[in-house]
Amino acid sequence: MSLVVIIDYDAGNLRSVQRACHEVGIEAEISADADRVRTAQRVIFPGVGAAGSAMRSLKKKGLDAALREVLAAGKPVLGICLGLQISFDHSEENDQQTLGLLPGCVKRFEFQRRDLKIPHMGWNEVRISRPHPLLAGIERADEFYFVHAYYPVPAAQENVYAVTDYEHDFASAVGKDNYFATQFHPEKSGRVGLRLLRQFASWDGSC
Amino acid sequence: MLSKRLIACLDVRDGKLAKSVKFVDTKDIGDPVEKAREYYLDGLDELVFYDITASSDKRNIMLDVVEAVAEQVFIPLSVGGGVRSVADATDLRLAGAEKINVNSAAVRRPALIAECAEAIGNQNIVLSMDIRRVTPTSDVPSGYEIVIEGGRRPMGMDALAWALEGERLGAGELVINSIDADGTRVGYELKLTSMLAEAVRIPVIASGGAGEPEHLYDALITGKADAVLVASMLHYGDYSVSELKRYLYERGVKMRMSW
Repeated sequence: MSLVVIIDYDAGNLRSVQRACHEVGIEAEISADADRVRTAQRVIFPGVGAAGSAMRSLKKKGLDAALREVLAAGKPVLGICLGLQISFDHSEENDQQTLGLLPGCVKRFEFQRRDLKIPHMGWNEVRISRPHPLLAGIERADEFYFVHAYYPVPAAQENVYAVTDYEHDFASAVGKDNYFATQFHPEKSGRVGLRLLRQFASWDGSC
Repeated sequence: MLSKRLIACLDVRDGKLAKSVKFVDTKDIGDPVEKAREYYLDGLDELVFYDITASSDKRNIMLDVVEAVAEQVFIPLSVGGGVRSVADATDLRLAGAEKINVNSAAVRRPALIAECAEAIGNQNIVLSMDIRRVTPTSDVPSGYEIVIEGGRRPMGMDALAWALEGERLGAGELVINSIDADGTRVGYELKLTSMLAEAVRIPVIASGGAGEPEHLYDALITGKADAVLVASMLHYGDYSVSELKRYLYERGVKMRMSW
Protein backbone atom coordinates (compact mmCIF):
# COMPACT_ATOMS: atom_id res chain seq x y z
CA MET A 1 0.00 0.00 0.00
CA SER A 2 1.54 3.28 -1.03
CA LEU A 3 1.82 5.88 1.69
CA VAL A 4 -0.10 9.15 1.33
CA VAL A 5 0.86 11.81 3.87
CA ILE A 6 -1.00 15.00 4.71
CA ILE A 7 1.60 17.47 5.96
CA ASP A 8 0.71 18.81 9.40
CA TYR A 9 2.34 22.15 10.17
CA ASP A 10 -0.17 23.60 12.67
CA ALA A 11 -2.08 25.30 9.85
CA GLY A 12 -5.66 24.36 10.38
CA ASN A 13 -7.77 21.29 10.79
CA LEU A 14 -6.54 18.55 8.50
CA ARG A 15 -9.08 15.92 9.38
CA SER A 16 -11.59 17.17 6.83
CA VAL A 17 -8.97 16.55 4.14
CA GLN A 18 -8.32 13.11 5.62
CA ARG A 19 -12.04 12.29 5.72
CA ALA A 20 -12.56 13.32 2.10
CA CYS A 21 -9.57 11.18 1.12
CA HIS A 22 -11.11 8.24 2.96
CA GLU A 23 -14.36 8.76 1.04
CA VAL A 24 -12.50 8.26 -2.26
CA GLY A 25 -10.48 5.29 -1.01
CA ILE A 26 -7.23 7.01 0.02
CA GLU A 27 -6.11 6.15 3.55
CA ALA A 28 -3.99 9.21 4.19
CA GLU A 29 -1.85 9.72 7.27
CA ILE A 30 -1.52 13.11 8.96
CA SER A 31 2.09 13.71 9.93
CA ALA A 32 4.34 16.51 11.16
CA ASP A 33 7.42 14.29 10.90
CA ALA A 34 9.77 15.32 8.07
CA ASP A 35 11.14 11.78 7.73
CA ARG A 36 7.66 10.34 7.41
CA VAL A 37 6.93 12.90 4.67
CA ARG A 38 10.13 11.82 2.86
CA THR A 39 8.98 8.20 2.77
CA ALA A 40 5.56 9.07 1.32
CA GLN A 41 4.69 8.14 -2.26
CA ARG A 42 2.19 10.97 -2.45
CA VAL A 43 1.84 14.16 -0.38
CA ILE A 44 -1.00 16.55 0.34
CA PHE A 45 0.06 20.02 1.46
CA PRO A 46 -3.06 21.76 2.82
CA GLY A 47 -3.39 24.64 5.22
CA VAL A 48 -5.51 27.45 6.51
CA GLY A 49 -4.12 30.41 8.40
CA ALA A 50 -1.48 33.07 7.94
CA ALA A 51 1.62 32.86 5.73
CA GLY A 52 4.01 34.06 8.45
CA SER A 53 3.23 31.47 11.12
CA ALA A 54 2.90 28.75 8.47
CA MET A 55 6.44 29.38 7.18
CA ARG A 56 7.89 29.46 10.70
CA SER A 57 6.21 26.18 11.57
CA LEU A 58 7.31 24.47 8.32
CA LYS A 59 10.94 25.49 8.86
CA LYS A 60 10.99 24.62 12.54
CA LYS A 61 9.92 21.06 11.72
CA GLY A 62 12.15 20.74 8.67
CA LEU A 63 9.04 20.15 6.58
CA ASP A 64 10.04 22.72 3.94
CA ALA A 65 13.16 20.67 3.11
CA ALA A 66 11.18 17.40 3.14
CA LEU A 67 8.62 18.89 0.76
CA ARG A 68 11.35 20.00 -1.65
CA GLU A 69 12.87 16.52 -1.60
CA VAL A 70 9.53 14.86 -2.29
CA LEU A 71 8.98 17.21 -5.23
CA ALA A 72 12.50 16.69 -6.58
CA ALA A 73 11.91 12.91 -6.43
CA GLY A 74 8.98 13.37 -8.81
CA LYS A 75 6.29 12.25 -6.35
CA PRO A 76 2.83 13.74 -6.84
CA VAL A 77 2.07 16.63 -4.47
CA LEU A 78 -1.29 18.40 -4.05
CA GLY A 79 -1.34 21.85 -2.41
CA ILE A 80 -4.59 23.27 -1.03
CA CYS A 81 -5.43 26.88 -0.12
CA LEU A 82 -2.61 28.20 2.11
CA GLY A 83 -0.46 25.37 0.75
CA LEU A 84 -0.89 26.91 -2.70
CA GLN A 85 -0.21 30.43 -1.45
CA ILE A 86 3.06 29.68 0.31
CA SER A 87 4.28 27.80 -2.77
CA PHE A 88 5.00 31.13 -4.46
CA ASP A 89 7.97 33.45 -3.83
CA HIS A 90 6.34 36.01 -1.63
CA SER A 91 3.07 36.79 0.18
CA GLU A 92 1.72 40.22 1.08
CA GLU A 93 0.33 38.53 4.17
CA ASN A 94 2.89 39.29 6.92
CA ASP A 95 5.19 40.49 4.05
CA GLN A 96 6.53 36.94 4.06
CA GLN A 97 9.13 35.28 1.83
CA THR A 98 7.63 31.90 0.97
CA LEU A 99 8.80 28.61 -0.55
CA GLY A 100 9.39 29.71 -4.13
CA LEU A 101 8.27 26.42 -5.69
CA LEU A 102 6.47 28.49 -8.32
CA PRO A 103 7.41 31.98 -9.54
CA GLY A 104 5.02 34.73 -8.47
CA CYS A 105 3.48 36.35 -5.44
CA VAL A 106 0.32 36.45 -3.35
CA LYS A 107 -1.73 39.63 -2.92
CA ARG A 108 -4.68 40.68 -0.78
CA PHE A 109 -8.08 41.32 -2.39
CA GLU A 110 -8.76 45.06 -2.43
CA PHE A 111 -12.08 46.37 -3.73
CA GLN A 112 -13.63 49.79 -4.02
CA ARG A 113 -17.09 48.21 -4.10
CA ARG A 114 -18.35 47.56 -0.58
CA ASP A 115 -20.69 44.79 -1.68
CA LEU A 116 -17.74 42.52 -2.55
CA LYS A 117 -17.05 40.80 0.72
CA ILE A 118 -13.62 39.80 1.98
CA PRO A 119 -12.83 36.95 2.42
CA HIS A 120 -13.97 35.53 -0.90
CA MET A 121 -16.15 32.90 0.79
CA GLY A 122 -18.44 30.44 -0.92
CA TRP A 123 -18.89 28.55 -4.16
CA ASN A 124 -17.47 29.82 -7.42
CA GLU A 125 -16.72 28.55 -10.91
CA VAL A 126 -13.32 27.21 -11.88
CA ARG A 127 -12.63 27.77 -15.59
CA ILE A 128 -9.96 25.47 -16.93
CA SER A 129 -7.34 27.37 -18.92
CA ARG A 130 -4.99 24.42 -19.47
CA PRO A 131 -5.96 20.74 -19.34
CA HIS A 132 -4.59 18.74 -16.42
CA PRO A 133 -5.20 15.13 -15.32
CA LEU A 134 -6.52 16.32 -11.93
CA LEU A 135 -9.11 18.55 -13.63
CA ALA A 136 -10.32 15.89 -16.07
CA GLY A 137 -14.11 15.72 -16.26
CA ILE A 138 -14.64 19.05 -14.48
CA GLU A 139 -17.38 20.93 -16.36
CA ARG A 140 -17.87 24.64 -16.92
CA ALA A 141 -20.85 24.76 -14.53
CA ASP A 142 -19.07 22.95 -11.70
CA GLU A 143 -18.28 25.09 -8.69
CA PHE A 144 -15.83 24.69 -5.84
CA TYR A 145 -15.76 26.05 -2.29
CA PHE A 146 -13.39 28.94 -1.54
CA VAL A 147 -12.39 30.78 1.65
CA HIS A 148 -9.52 33.22 1.28
CA ALA A 149 -8.61 36.89 1.54
CA TYR A 150 -5.37 36.60 -0.47
CA TYR A 151 -4.95 35.31 -4.03
CA PRO A 152 -2.01 34.09 -6.12
CA VAL A 153 -0.45 36.09 -8.96
CA PRO A 154 1.75 33.58 -10.85
CA ALA A 155 4.61 35.10 -12.84
CA ALA A 156 4.41 32.40 -15.52
CA GLN A 157 1.20 31.75 -17.44
CA GLU A 158 2.23 28.16 -18.04
CA ASN A 159 1.73 27.48 -14.32
CA VAL A 160 -1.95 28.51 -14.47
CA TYR A 161 -4.40 25.65 -14.98
CA ALA A 162 -7.67 27.35 -14.00
CA VAL A 163 -9.01 30.79 -13.20
CA THR A 164 -11.91 32.09 -11.11
CA ASP A 165 -13.68 35.42 -11.26
CA TYR A 166 -14.04 37.57 -8.16
CA GLU A 167 -14.27 41.12 -9.51
CA HIS A 168 -11.24 40.09 -11.60
CA ASP A 169 -9.90 36.71 -12.70
CA PHE A 170 -7.33 35.11 -10.42
CA ALA A 171 -5.47 31.80 -10.71
CA SER A 172 -7.47 29.18 -8.79
CA ALA A 173 -5.46 26.12 -9.84
CA VAL A 174 -1.72 26.17 -10.53
CA GLY A 175 0.97 23.61 -11.07
CA LYS A 176 4.29 22.58 -12.43
CA ASP A 177 5.37 19.03 -13.29
CA ASN A 178 4.42 16.77 -10.37
CA TYR A 179 3.09 19.66 -8.26
CA PHE A 180 -0.53 20.79 -8.47
CA ALA A 181 -2.35 23.19 -6.15
CA THR A 182 -5.82 24.64 -5.74
CA GLN A 183 -6.95 27.84 -4.06
CA PHE A 184 -10.32 26.18 -3.42
CA HIS A 185 -11.01 23.33 -1.00
CA PRO A 186 -11.66 20.05 -2.84
CA GLU A 187 -12.43 18.39 0.49
CA LYS A 188 -15.38 20.77 0.98
CA SER A 189 -16.55 20.92 -2.64
CA GLY A 190 -18.95 18.01 -2.80
CA ARG A 191 -18.89 15.59 -5.73
CA VAL A 192 -16.50 17.57 -7.95
CA GLY A 193 -14.03 18.06 -5.13
CA LEU A 194 -14.04 14.34 -4.38
CA ARG A 195 -13.49 13.72 -8.09
CA LEU A 196 -10.34 15.84 -8.02
CA LEU A 197 -9.04 13.97 -4.95
CA ARG A 198 -9.80 10.61 -6.58
CA GLN A 199 -7.86 11.72 -9.64
CA PHE A 200 -4.96 12.77 -7.44
CA ALA A 201 -4.89 9.25 -5.97
CA SER A 202 -4.16 7.75 -9.40
CA TRP A 203 -2.06 10.60 -10.85
CA ASP A 204 1.47 9.62 -11.86
CA GLY A 205 2.77 13.18 -11.60
CA SER A 206 2.98 13.92 -15.28
CA CYS A 207 0.85 16.47 -17.12
CA MET B 1 -18.78 35.09 -10.06
CA LEU B 2 -19.42 34.04 -6.48
CA SER B 3 -22.69 32.20 -5.92
CA LYS B 4 -25.19 33.03 -3.21
CA ARG B 5 -25.43 30.21 -0.69
CA LEU B 6 -28.39 28.19 0.54
CA ILE B 7 -27.68 27.02 4.09
CA ALA B 8 -29.80 24.57 6.05
CA CYS B 9 -29.98 24.98 9.79
CA LEU B 10 -30.52 21.93 11.96
CA ASP B 11 -31.33 22.49 15.61
CA VAL B 12 -30.16 19.46 17.54
CA ARG B 13 -31.36 18.55 21.03
CA ASP B 14 -30.05 15.40 22.72
CA GLY B 15 -28.83 14.20 19.33
CA LYS B 16 -32.22 14.65 17.62
CA LEU B 17 -33.36 17.21 15.08
CA ALA B 18 -35.72 19.81 16.60
CA LYS B 19 -37.48 22.89 15.34
CA SER B 20 -38.70 25.87 17.33
CA VAL B 21 -41.26 28.56 16.68
CA LYS B 22 -40.23 31.98 18.05
CA PHE B 23 -37.56 30.10 20.02
CA VAL B 24 -40.01 28.03 22.11
CA ASP B 25 -42.20 24.92 21.61
CA THR B 26 -39.37 22.79 20.25
CA LYS B 27 -40.21 19.31 19.05
CA ASP B 28 -38.24 16.39 17.63
CA ILE B 29 -38.52 15.96 13.88
CA GLY B 30 -35.94 13.38 12.89
CA ASP B 31 -32.35 12.20 12.65
CA PRO B 32 -29.88 15.05 11.94
CA VAL B 33 -27.31 12.83 10.23
CA GLU B 34 -29.86 11.41 7.80
CA LYS B 35 -31.26 14.86 7.01
CA ALA B 36 -27.79 16.32 6.51
CA ARG B 37 -26.88 13.59 4.03
CA GLU B 38 -30.19 14.00 2.18
CA TYR B 39 -29.73 17.78 1.81
CA TYR B 40 -26.08 17.40 0.78
CA LEU B 41 -26.97 15.00 -2.03
CA ASP B 42 -29.70 17.40 -3.16
CA GLY B 43 -27.22 20.28 -3.64
CA LEU B 44 -27.09 22.08 -0.31
CA ASP B 45 -24.23 24.62 -0.14
CA GLU B 46 -23.54 24.59 3.60
CA LEU B 47 -24.86 23.12 6.84
CA VAL B 48 -25.29 24.71 10.25
CA PHE B 49 -25.95 22.76 13.43
CA TYR B 50 -27.12 24.49 16.59
CA ASP B 51 -26.90 22.46 19.75
CA ILE B 52 -29.95 23.33 21.84
CA THR B 53 -29.37 20.55 24.35
CA ALA B 54 -30.38 21.88 27.74
CA SER B 55 -28.23 19.79 30.06
CA SER B 56 -24.47 20.09 29.83
CA ASP B 57 -23.88 16.37 30.57
CA LYS B 58 -25.36 15.51 27.18
CA ARG B 59 -23.08 17.83 25.25
CA ASN B 60 -20.88 15.03 23.98
CA ILE B 61 -23.80 13.69 21.95
CA MET B 62 -23.36 16.74 19.71
CA LEU B 63 -19.73 15.84 19.04
CA ASP B 64 -20.87 12.39 17.90
CA VAL B 65 -23.46 13.94 15.59
CA VAL B 66 -20.89 16.31 14.08
CA GLU B 67 -18.43 13.47 13.61
CA ALA B 68 -21.02 11.27 11.90
CA VAL B 69 -22.06 14.09 9.57
CA ALA B 70 -18.48 15.08 8.73
CA GLU B 71 -17.78 11.52 7.59
CA GLN B 72 -20.38 11.66 4.87
CA VAL B 73 -21.07 15.28 3.99
CA PHE B 74 -18.40 17.13 2.02
CA ILE B 75 -19.53 20.73 2.17
CA PRO B 76 -18.73 23.33 4.84
CA LEU B 77 -20.13 22.41 8.22
CA SER B 78 -20.77 25.05 10.84
CA VAL B 79 -21.64 24.33 14.47
CA GLY B 80 -22.86 26.51 17.31
CA GLY B 81 -24.82 26.50 20.53
CA GLY B 82 -23.13 26.76 23.88
CA VAL B 83 -19.62 27.58 22.63
CA ARG B 84 -18.01 29.38 25.58
CA SER B 85 -14.30 28.89 25.08
CA VAL B 86 -11.55 28.15 22.60
CA ALA B 87 -11.57 24.61 24.03
CA ASP B 88 -15.25 24.16 23.07
CA ALA B 89 -14.46 25.46 19.58
CA THR B 90 -11.46 23.17 19.22
CA ASP B 91 -13.45 20.09 20.30
CA LEU B 92 -16.07 20.80 17.65
CA ARG B 93 -13.41 21.45 15.01
CA LEU B 94 -11.74 18.13 15.77
CA ALA B 95 -15.10 16.39 15.47
CA GLY B 96 -15.37 17.83 11.96
CA ALA B 97 -16.90 21.33 12.12
CA GLU B 98 -15.31 23.82 9.74
CA LYS B 99 -16.80 26.94 11.24
CA ILE B 100 -17.77 27.69 14.81
CA ASN B 101 -20.73 29.89 15.71
CA VAL B 102 -20.58 31.98 18.85
CA ASN B 103 -23.59 33.81 20.25
CA SER B 104 -24.56 34.44 23.90
CA ALA B 105 -21.11 33.76 25.34
CA ALA B 106 -19.59 36.34 22.97
CA VAL B 107 -22.11 38.96 24.07
CA ARG B 108 -21.16 38.34 27.70
CA ARG B 109 -17.46 38.23 26.92
CA PRO B 110 -16.59 39.76 23.52
CA ALA B 111 -12.93 38.69 23.78
CA LEU B 112 -14.15 35.16 22.97
CA ILE B 113 -14.43 36.23 19.31
CA ALA B 114 -10.82 37.40 19.17
CA GLU B 115 -9.58 34.31 21.03
CA CYS B 116 -11.39 31.95 18.66
CA ALA B 117 -10.29 33.94 15.60
CA GLU B 118 -6.70 33.64 16.76
CA ALA B 119 -7.02 29.91 17.46
CA ILE B 120 -8.99 28.71 14.45
CA GLY B 121 -8.75 31.56 11.92
CA ASN B 122 -11.04 34.55 11.28
CA GLN B 123 -12.78 32.84 8.41
CA ASN B 124 -13.92 30.03 10.69
CA ILE B 125 -15.49 32.14 13.41
CA VAL B 126 -19.11 33.08 12.81
CA LEU B 127 -20.87 35.60 15.02
CA SER B 128 -24.49 34.60 15.32
CA MET B 129 -26.77 37.35 16.57
CA ASP B 130 -30.34 36.98 17.88
CA ILE B 131 -32.09 40.28 17.36
CA ARG B 132 -35.48 41.76 18.18
CA ARG B 133 -37.16 44.94 17.01
CA VAL B 134 -37.65 47.63 19.68
CA THR B 135 -38.51 51.32 19.88
CA PRO B 136 -35.23 53.17 19.27
CA THR B 137 -33.59 54.50 22.43
CA SER B 138 -30.23 56.10 23.16
CA ASP B 139 -28.79 52.65 23.96
CA VAL B 140 -30.40 51.01 20.95
CA PRO B 141 -30.52 53.77 18.29
CA SER B 142 -30.97 51.38 15.37
CA GLY B 143 -34.18 49.99 16.87
CA TYR B 144 -32.76 46.47 16.88
CA GLU B 145 -31.64 44.95 20.14
CA ILE B 146 -29.40 41.98 20.91
CA VAL B 147 -31.08 39.19 22.87
CA ILE B 148 -29.31 36.16 24.32
CA GLU B 149 -30.05 32.81 25.98
CA GLY B 150 -32.16 31.56 23.12
CA GLY B 151 -34.20 34.74 22.93
CA ARG B 152 -34.99 35.02 26.63
CA ARG B 153 -32.72 37.83 27.77
CA PRO B 154 -32.69 41.29 26.14
CA MET B 155 -29.29 42.93 26.57
CA GLY B 156 -30.01 46.61 25.90
CA MET B 157 -27.29 46.43 23.25
CA ASP B 158 -27.62 47.81 19.73
CA ALA B 159 -27.44 45.15 17.00
CA LEU B 160 -25.67 47.44 14.51
CA ALA B 161 -23.00 48.42 17.04
CA TRP B 162 -22.51 44.76 18.02
CA ALA B 163 -22.16 43.65 14.38
CA LEU B 164 -19.42 46.23 13.81
CA GLU B 165 -17.70 45.28 17.06
CA GLY B 166 -17.87 41.58 16.11
CA GLU B 167 -16.26 42.32 12.76
CA ARG B 168 -13.55 44.39 14.45
CA LEU B 169 -12.82 41.57 16.91
CA GLY B 170 -12.24 39.17 14.04
CA ALA B 171 -15.50 37.43 13.16
CA GLY B 172 -15.41 36.14 9.58
CA GLU B 173 -19.13 36.06 9.00
CA LEU B 174 -22.40 37.18 10.61
CA VAL B 175 -25.68 35.34 11.07
CA ILE B 176 -28.56 37.80 11.41
CA ASN B 177 -31.35 35.99 13.19
CA SER B 178 -34.58 37.88 13.69
CA ILE B 179 -36.47 36.65 16.73
CA ASP B 180 -39.60 38.45 15.54
CA ALA B 181 -39.57 36.47 12.31
CA ASP B 182 -38.21 33.12 13.60
CA GLY B 183 -40.52 30.24 12.74
CA THR B 184 -43.32 32.53 11.53
CA ARG B 185 -42.79 31.73 7.83
CA VAL B 186 -43.78 35.27 6.83
CA GLY B 187 -40.33 36.24 5.50
CA TYR B 188 -36.95 37.44 6.72
CA GLU B 189 -36.53 40.82 8.45
CA LEU B 190 -35.30 42.62 5.33
CA LYS B 191 -34.65 46.04 6.82
CA LEU B 192 -32.48 44.57 9.55
CA THR B 193 -30.64 42.31 7.10
CA SER B 194 -29.81 45.05 4.59
CA MET B 195 -28.79 47.48 7.35
CA LEU B 196 -26.21 45.03 8.69
CA ALA B 197 -25.12 43.71 5.27
CA GLU B 198 -24.30 47.25 4.16
CA ALA B 199 -22.50 48.09 7.40
CA VAL B 200 -19.91 45.29 7.41
CA ARG B 201 -17.38 43.96 4.89
CA ILE B 202 -17.72 40.32 5.95
CA PRO B 203 -20.41 37.99 4.52
CA VAL B 204 -23.86 38.13 6.08
CA ILE B 205 -26.33 35.24 6.43
CA ALA B 206 -30.05 36.02 6.75
CA SER B 207 -31.89 33.81 9.23
CA GLY B 208 -35.38 33.45 10.66
CA GLY B 209 -38.77 33.66 8.99
CA ALA B 210 -38.47 31.91 5.64
CA GLY B 211 -41.70 30.24 4.51
CA GLU B 212 -41.86 30.78 0.75
CA PRO B 213 -39.12 30.64 -1.92
CA GLU B 214 -39.81 34.31 -2.61
CA HIS B 215 -38.59 35.15 0.91
CA LEU B 216 -35.16 33.77 0.04
CA TYR B 217 -35.03 35.90 -3.08
CA ASP B 218 -36.01 38.99 -1.09
CA ALA B 219 -33.32 38.39 1.54
CA LEU B 220 -30.61 37.98 -1.10
CA ILE B 221 -31.69 40.89 -3.29
CA THR B 222 -33.52 43.45 -1.10
CA GLY B 223 -31.80 42.30 2.09
CA LYS B 224 -28.38 42.15 0.33
CA ALA B 225 -27.48 38.97 2.21
CA ASP B 226 -24.68 36.73 0.92
CA ALA B 227 -26.48 33.59 2.04
CA VAL B 228 -29.87 32.51 3.33
CA LEU B 229 -30.49 30.10 6.14
CA VAL B 230 -33.60 27.90 6.07
CA ALA B 231 -35.01 25.30 8.45
CA SER B 232 -38.77 24.62 8.60
CA MET B 233 -39.22 24.96 4.85
CA LEU B 234 -36.95 21.96 4.32
CA HIS B 235 -37.48 19.90 7.46
CA TYR B 236 -41.24 19.51 7.01
CA GLY B 237 -40.79 18.53 3.37
CA ASP B 238 -42.63 21.54 1.92
CA TYR B 239 -39.67 22.25 -0.36
CA SER B 240 -36.52 20.45 -1.36
CA VAL B 241 -33.04 22.01 -1.50
CA SER B 242 -32.88 21.66 -5.28
CA GLU B 243 -36.35 23.21 -5.73
CA LEU B 244 -35.34 26.27 -3.74
CA LYS B 245 -32.06 26.64 -5.62
CA ARG B 246 -33.74 26.25 -8.98
CA TYR B 247 -36.34 28.87 -8.05
CA LEU B 248 -33.62 31.38 -7.14
CA TYR B 249 -31.57 30.54 -10.20
CA GLU B 250 -34.56 31.02 -12.51
CA ARG B 251 -35.16 34.42 -10.95
CA GLY B 252 -31.63 35.42 -11.90
CA VAL B 253 -29.77 34.81 -8.65
CA LYS B 254 -26.30 33.30 -9.13
CA MET B 255 -26.52 29.83 -7.54
CA ARG B 256 -24.43 26.67 -7.77
CA MET B 257 -26.61 24.47 -9.98
CA SER B 258 -24.30 21.50 -10.60
CA TRP B 259 -23.62 18.96 -7.88
